[in-house]
Amino acid sequence: MTQQSIRFTVNDTPAEVSVDPLRRLADVLREDLGLTGTKIGCNAGDCGACTVLVDGRQSCACLVPIGQAAGHAIVTVEGLVAKGQLSQLQQAFQDHGAAQCGICTPGMLMAASDLLAQTPSPSEQDVLDALGGVLCRCTGYRKIVDAVLSLGKTTAAPVSRNAVVGARLPKVDGLAKMTGAERYGADSWPADSLVLRAIRSPHHHARFGFGDFAALFAAHPGLVKILTAADIPGQNVFGIYPTGKDQPVFAEGYARFRGEAICALVGDAATIAAIRDDEVPVEWETLSPLQGVEAALSPHAAQLHETAKGNVLIEGRLARGDVDAAITKADIRLSDNFQTSFVEHAYIEPEAGYARRVGDRLEIFATTQTPYMDRDEVALIMGLRQEQIRIIPSAVGGGFGGKLDLSLQPMIGVAAWLLNRPVRCTYSRPESMASTTKRHPASIAITVAATKEGRLSAVRFHGDYNTGAYASWGPTVANRVPVHAMGPYHVPAVYCTTRAIYTNDTPAGAFRGFGVPQAAIALETMLDDLAEKLDLCPFEFRYLNALDKGSVTASGQRLDASVGLRACLDALRPQWERLRLEAADFNETSRHLRRGVGVGCGWYGIGNTSLPNPSIMRIGLKRDGCITLYSGALDIGQGSNTIMMQICADALGVPLSIIDLVTGDTDLTPDAGKTSASRQTFVSGAALRLAADDLRGQILRLANVGEPGRFALDGRTLRVSDGVTDQVIDLARLPAAGENGDVLVGEGRFDPPTTPLDADGQGIPYATYSFSAQLALVEVDIELGTTKVLRIAAAADVGKAINPTQVEGQLHGGVAQGLGLALMEEYIPGRTENLHDYLIPTIGDVPPIDTYIIEDEEPLGPFGAKGIGEPALVPTAPAILNAIRHATGARVTRVPATPDRLRAALRATGRYEAAK
Amino acid sequence: MKPSLYFRPTNLQEALTALSANSWSVLAGGTDFYPARLGKPLEENVLDVSAIDGQEKISFNDGRWRLSLQATWSDLIADNRLPARFDGLKRAAREVGGVQIQNRATICGNLCNASPAADGIPNLLALDAQVELMSLQGRRTLPIADFVKGNRRTFRREDELVTALLVPDSGRPARSVFLKLGARKYLVISIVMVGAVLELAEDSRIVSARIAVGACSPVAQRLPLLEEGLIGRRLETALADMVHERHLAPLAPIDDVRGTADYRRDAVITLLQRSLTELAR
Ligand SMILES: Cc1cc2nc3c(=O)[nH]c(=O)nc-3n(C[C@@H](O)[C@@H](O)[C@H](O)COP(=O)(O)OP(=O)(O)OC[C@H]3O[C@@H](n4cnc5c(N)ncnc54)[C@H](O)[C@@H]3O)c2cc1C
Ligand code: FES
Ligand code: FES
Repeated sequence: MTQQSIRFTVNDTPAEVSVDPLRRLADVLREDLGLTGTKIGCNAGDCGACTVLVDGRQSCACLVPIGQAAGHAIVTVEGLVAKGQLSQLQQAFQDHGAAQCGICTPGMLMAASDLLAQTPSPSEQDVLDALGGVLCRCTGYRKIVDAVLSLGKTTAAPVSRNAVVGARLPKVDGLAKMTGAERYGADSWPADSLVLRAIRSPHHHARFGFGDFAALFAAHPGLVKILTAADIPGQNVFGIYPTGKDQPVFAEGYARFRGEAICALVGDAATIAAIRDDEVPVEWETLSPLQGVEAALSPHAAQLHETAKGNVLIEGRLARGDVDAAITKADIRLSDNFQTSFVEHAYIEPEAGYARRVGDRLEIFATTQTPYMDRDEVALIMGLRQEQIRIIPSAVGGGFGGKLDLSLQPMIGVAAWLLNRPVRCTYSRPESMASTTKRHPASIAITVAATKEGRLSAVRFHGDYNTGAYASWGPTVANRVPVHAMGPYHVPAVYCTTRAIYTNDTPAGAFRGFGVPQAAIALETMLDDLAEKLDLCPFEFRYLNALDKGSVTASGQRLDASVGLRACLDALRPQWERLRLEAADFNETSRHLRRGVGVGCGWYGIGNTSLPNPSIMRIGLKRDGCITLYSGALDIGQGSNTIMMQICADALGVPLSIIDLVTGDTDLTPDAGKTSASRQTFVSGAALRLAADDLRGQILRLANVGEPGRFALDGRTLRVSDGVTDQVIDLARLPAAGENGDVLVGEGRFDPPTTPLDADGQGIPYATYSFSAQLALVEVDIELGTTKVLRIAAAADVGKAINPTQVEGQLHGGVAQGLGLALMEEYIPGRTENLHDYLIPTIGDVPPIDTYIIEDEEPLGPFGAKGIGEPALVPTAPAILNAIRHATGARVTRVPATPDRLRAALRATGRYEAAK
Repeated sequence: MKPSLYFRPTNLQEALTALSANSWSVLAGGTDFYPARLGKPLEENVLDVSAIDGQEKISFNDGRWRLSLQATWSDLIADNRLPARFDGLKRAAREVGGVQIQNRATICGNLCNASPAADGIPNLLALDAQVELMSLQGRRTLPIADFVKGNRRTFRREDELVTALLVPDSGRPARSVFLKLGARKYLVISIVMVGAVLELAEDSRIVSARIAVGACSPVAQRLPLLEEGLIGRRLETALADMVHERHLAPLAPIDDVRGTADYRRDAVITLLQRSLTELAR
């Protein structure tokens, strides 16, 4: 395409570019003008992350050819800041906690600016309509709605500028997310970077061989290298667990899933974009694919991995009591089967980053949830020592478990190393969806039994989890689920088994809850069945059986503290009673709409299951009296930076203003493990408390002051007092202790106390558990099978809310994802690889959410805190499904309950006729 | 790579001359154009029609409304002159993508893209709209049903441009509706949709009825049997009871990720009944 000179204005400044006029406005803004505040989540109009104003009207910058911008006025997020001040709208977003990862924030802000320019005091419906085209995967939208609505009003957000634990401190790293300055994986790259694009298997299962690449090189002089498995300097394999790594960086002649990388093109950006996939000479021999566990378990199925007989990767098991006897003896027993689907993380930021070689070291800047594991894995693939790898995590535009596995890191790493040039890569949306992990689909068989008084007597559970083509986190799921499958209830006899099964589907890995949400759907539906049969209130039935202080879990662990499930239910009870009555009233007069209220409960063990799971945190004191917090606890939007700053400030008794945060760079921060399993607040937070105690102790010792001593920092002057005498120390005169110029360095390490589980799954799998319970009020259109969630009430025992705004944010986000799991999300390899066929909830789908924070303090946790990331999601889908059943009598045993499935389930009840 | 051209004419004559000389892909609001080319290099000549001027986007002349090739969904929503027969199309407009799509996507583009799930087409059928096509050979008009050939195919010749949609307006009182069934609130591809326009006599008897269903066949279809049955009836809620399975004969729903064929057949009856109920309200 010939280049043309095109003039327009950006943020009131004239701009002129000489480019292909069909180049997308989003690309021109980002690549040619350096305005990376405009994000690209899909390049197809589906996510709205690229929303900018064109002549004042919101538009997707990914769908506007730059040729059409000629003569027009473009405003991007960078244009919202005036005279170095956040606009009122940006400030409202910051104060309300309307941004978590922040990748959707620019789009949301632009859509809202358009609305507010036309309608200064919008109604809630106006806000929903105006923001309906921007997806957010983190926040559940409610705080965004509140932020926009607050503009027409005088009531301020309940913000605290105080850093103490329990305060509603706005995100310490929030500013950059408001202005577009935040650097996500695709927002930063060295100027001379080459671009890499992977070529992937279009087949679910196939053998392949390459033809001669010479013609391709000849046709495209800008093509520098085609990387294949042969170029991997170290091992062409990776995987989460130290043994049993099974996933190649590049497949070697044999592709086990559609989307698996077989080679990668490296060259200048224009060349790489110009090469069609089908120009790469590959000979394919397709094989019949094993899709779904049933196919993979059939006796005639091909074996996909040498080590996995019958395609069974791993089995999990927990046994307590004599389950057969208990089931036989019980007054009532019920069984059923359940089926869940692949669920895509759908973070709005696709995988992106760059790598460069620095002498004999390799640096990788990329979006990730786990810099330390990335470092160790990349070292193996590169054949380098761990110290030779530096992982610099970018800001992360959503993770939810999907960025725990390696994606592009090894490809760009190898390319940059071999070519000695920086190499960047950004996954397209279909590529991200086809190649990265999913939530495991589960096929569950469950039997529950109870006494007629309503005491649970037994649960027997078997779950086959489809782990796809590679193991990824399959073992974690197989081990975690048996511990949780009987729910947060006292059940005397339990037999839970799980298997992770290899198939030719997309690898399933970690996704908020590691298999537990799937199990909860089955169990909580069966509990409603029991309650119905026993003529008990489903709510009180759960209350009666709920774990409590002193309860012994199915793995034989006595819970001595911090068991707040009953407190959660107590908080919800008034709503339960009121909403059930209101629903009944509504149904009296309604024809095709029926309302119902359901309840679900969940629990979640924090951190790894019975495996070591330590975090190390470090705090330095500099000569100028400033504190540096070295935190490897990566903030992926959930807010751990803010949490750690609050804990640090409070534990040391110093103001936030003197603390600098250095985070998640494997060269600069100690290993704080991965951001998963709801562990950062609990594990890294506890390590941080210990680090603060260590530093405090050193300060007191410096002055020879014993406890209870106090200190205060005033620039370089340190005052230490034992209550009687004051000592003044000039920090500038102390020798440096750490490598970063710190004079004192406090360090803390915390590994949650657990024990290995025996063959029956007995032991202490987790040091602590978070508990949650939720209510859903739904309205079902019985003629169409559509479900509208009208209200969610969510209670969670988090031990202690270090920052209540952030706990609410996690609850909202978890609810939105749980709603998607229940009603609309279904990833089908090869068929729903984009954000218009794969549906996640929009701003119009998430109802108002009432939150109840329960604080039953955990003695091991920092200030009593546990975790919230995953427990937020577990009860949502069960509550919604139970509400549908209450409304209509239809039991849903397969999720998502899409309109066609629900309509079929409604008809199966015999109560509803076909339309005629 | 083949050298390709980009041309953004400012008048119609230039555009038509270019079309007669070369093979072009037409680009309007780009909202179907770009998604269809995701991950593929652009190797075609592109004629961008967004700068052609000289026409009002929405105008009324000689008993006909004219929606020009520039008219976007937002233009339609904002136009307060349009009579009630456009209410259904306006409702469809509000449900096309999000506002950032509505602001740029054109109504003509929706028709030319000819997706079975195009939300604009049922109401264009119900409005009895004609497609105006121009080329150096001259001008011709086609009814919507004769313009759309199949799934993403039309009878537009390579040298033609769709320049407008023409909607006759008898001036009679009319009512119209659009109902869309999707699996989420915003940004959703229809599982089924229904568009309808009824024209009424003074005594509120139905003098003409056009009802079309989308996403249940490769091209949205009108339901002549149902329409005929309505003529002469008085507008009242009982009309909903008229809907019968046999009216669905022109439809051929399929199973896809959004729903099964059975479900569609079932849901369309409900949507038709509700459409009639709404029209009578
Ligand atoms: C996120 C998203 C959500 C969407 N949601 C919906 C929805 O809910 N319902 C729905 O119906 N649609 C939806 N669409 C599609 C809708 O935006 C388009 O159908 C739009 O109306 C097409 O108009 P356009 O101007 O953008 O066309 P373009 O993309 O520019 O062109 C579309 C096609 O029509 C041809 N064309 C355009 N104008 C002419 C002309 N004057 N003469 C000849 N050929 C022409 C082009 O060559 C091309 O093939 C959605 C799109 C996106 C990206
Ligand atoms: S990047 Fe433009 S809408 Fe997703
Ligand atoms: S904050 Fe909206 S996507 Fe992360």
